[in-house]
Amino acid sequence: MKPTTRKRLFRGALYAIFIIAVVVVAVLADWEAIQSNFFDLDVAAEAFPGIITTAAKNTVVYTAIAFVGGMIGGLILALMKLSPVGPYRWLATAYIELFRGLPALLVIFGFAFAVPIAFQWRPPGGSAGAGLIALIVVAAAYIAETIRAGIEAVPKGQVEAARSLGMRPSWTLVSVVLPQAFRIITPPLTNELVILIKDTSLLFIAGMALGDRELTTFARDSVSSQANATPLVLAALMYLVITLPLTQLVAKLERHNKRGR
Amino acid sequence: MAATPRTDVPAIEVRDLHKSFGDNEVLKGIDFHVDQGEVVCVIGPSGSGKSTLLRCVNRLEEPTSGTIIVEGVDITDEDTDLDKVRTRIGMVFQQFNLFPHLNVLRNLTLAQIRAKKRGRAEAEEIARRNLAKVGLAEKADAFPSQLSGGQQQRVAIARALSMDPDMMLFDEPTSALDPELVGDVLDVMKQLARDGMTMMVVTHEMGFAREVGDRVVFMDGGVVVEQGKPEDVLGNPQHERTQGFLSKVL
Ligand SMILES: Nc1ncnc2c1ncn2[C@@H]1O[C@H](COP(=O)(O)OP(=O)(O)O)[C@@H](O)[C@H]1O
Ligand SMILES: [Mg+2]
Repeated sequence: MKPTTRKRLFRGALYAIFIIAVVVVAVLADWEAIQSNFFDLDVAAEAFPGIITTAAKNTVVYTAIAFVGGMIGGLILALMKLSPVGPYRWLATAYIELFRGLPALLVIFGFAFAVPIAFQWRPPGGSAGAGLIALIVVAAAYIAETIRAGIEAVPKGQVEAARSLGMRPSWTLVSVVLPQAFRIITPPLTNELVILIKDTSLLFIAGMALGDRELTTFARDSVSSQANATPLVLAALMYLVITLPLTQLVAKLERHNKRGR
Repeated sequence: MAATPRTDVPAIEVRDLHKSFGDNEVLKGIDFHVDQGEVVCVIGPSGSGKSTLLRCVNRLEEPTSGTIIVEGVDITDEDTDLDKVRTRIGMVFQQFNLFPHLNVLRNLTLAQIRAKKRGRAEAEEIARRNLAKVGLAEKADAFPSQLSGGQQQRVAIARALSMDPDMMLFDEPTSALDPELVGDVLDVMKQLARDGMTMMVVTHEMGFAREVGDRVVFMDGGVVVEQGKPEDVLGNPQHERTQGFLSKVL
């Protein structure tokens, strides 16, 4: 057999397997059950407008708060980690390793339940607020490492040029290093943002007031009250509407960076 | 000691300068000076410590021991305001080191505004004047990546000049350039020398050293081996090491 013939046969076999698999799934699947359990229009209608005005809105708001908080915390931690002062470096390293090593769910649980009981402290914003603080605490650890990598990727000559012009270290950082570092890390930072969007779903463990519910909590409550999975599908679509443009953006930025500026 | 610059002393005076990186002693007791208005070219084989000496002069490198006096101000003294001294010392790097995220005009105004506390309008006027001086007036809005290497290096010179420095340090300013772009940069430097700028130039351009230099300093192995008028050092070197080096590069 000629190599080209063999290649063509192999390609044909792959297509055949795919078509058989599709046919088998189509024949075996209980389409009625799928339709009535996952795509029930009446149940879907029930979910509106709350799934948008409350749930999707809260998901976006929580993500924004956690991201901004995580960026501020991450920047401080990154600068501490690059500090010439030993104790700052050690503290930042310990923090980053700790919170990257723990499941986010456990941290949320701690802030929502353990911390308030232990210290007789009511977090602002109730359970949602406590959960958000936990998300910020965890996000800061990841973002810190990203920012540190970005700062270290800025060529040493940039700092030398700024310092040789008489610019103070603080101005050098703000006007020369950070703008270049953030340009370098825009793709990974956008990835952190996408991960954060999905991680807001973990807030359900905190147990939230009705108006504080985000997409996953909202969908789960609807699923149990309606005994139907359609709200879950709606929530999934909402997540994709938010995350897909961002992941596309990351892909585009990465192609752009590869080509060089 | 008063930290005000003086005009009756050498622009740069280096005494018994030692610099080590770990166990590697790179400068082994350098005595060196540049008078005001003088153009001193530093030559020598790669790795001889030329860049390190130049970078010690504005303390981008921390000297291990020794004294460096710039316009009468001891910059190795802990109380000296280094940032202030640096605004009087222009530095031009082999790799240009323009700020890639800023356009040419902002490259030239940033430190004027941040370090010299000039207003934006004044800074821009000074920037445009210096761009014109290096023949790039029309490139104010371009980004560094849109310029050739030679243009980038001239922008870097204009950036340093915009701080109104009393002296300029050049570290192999044409070594990273395509041969056909070297001339434009050297022309700008020659004009600067004619205008009376104090210059310390690490270079492999022997033609430039001969034509523009008031003095040539030959370094090898972390020491100054020989120095003097260009025609003497380059034309009639006294030391074997100088002769060996020149026979390779000329
Ligand atoms: N930052 C540094 N860390 C360690 N060694 C260095 C550093 N900079 C320069 N050196 C060493 O110092 C020596 C002299 O370097 P340099 O001053 O750049 O020489 P030149 O400019 O004459 O080529 C070289 O051996 C080089 O490896
Ligand atoms: Mg060098």
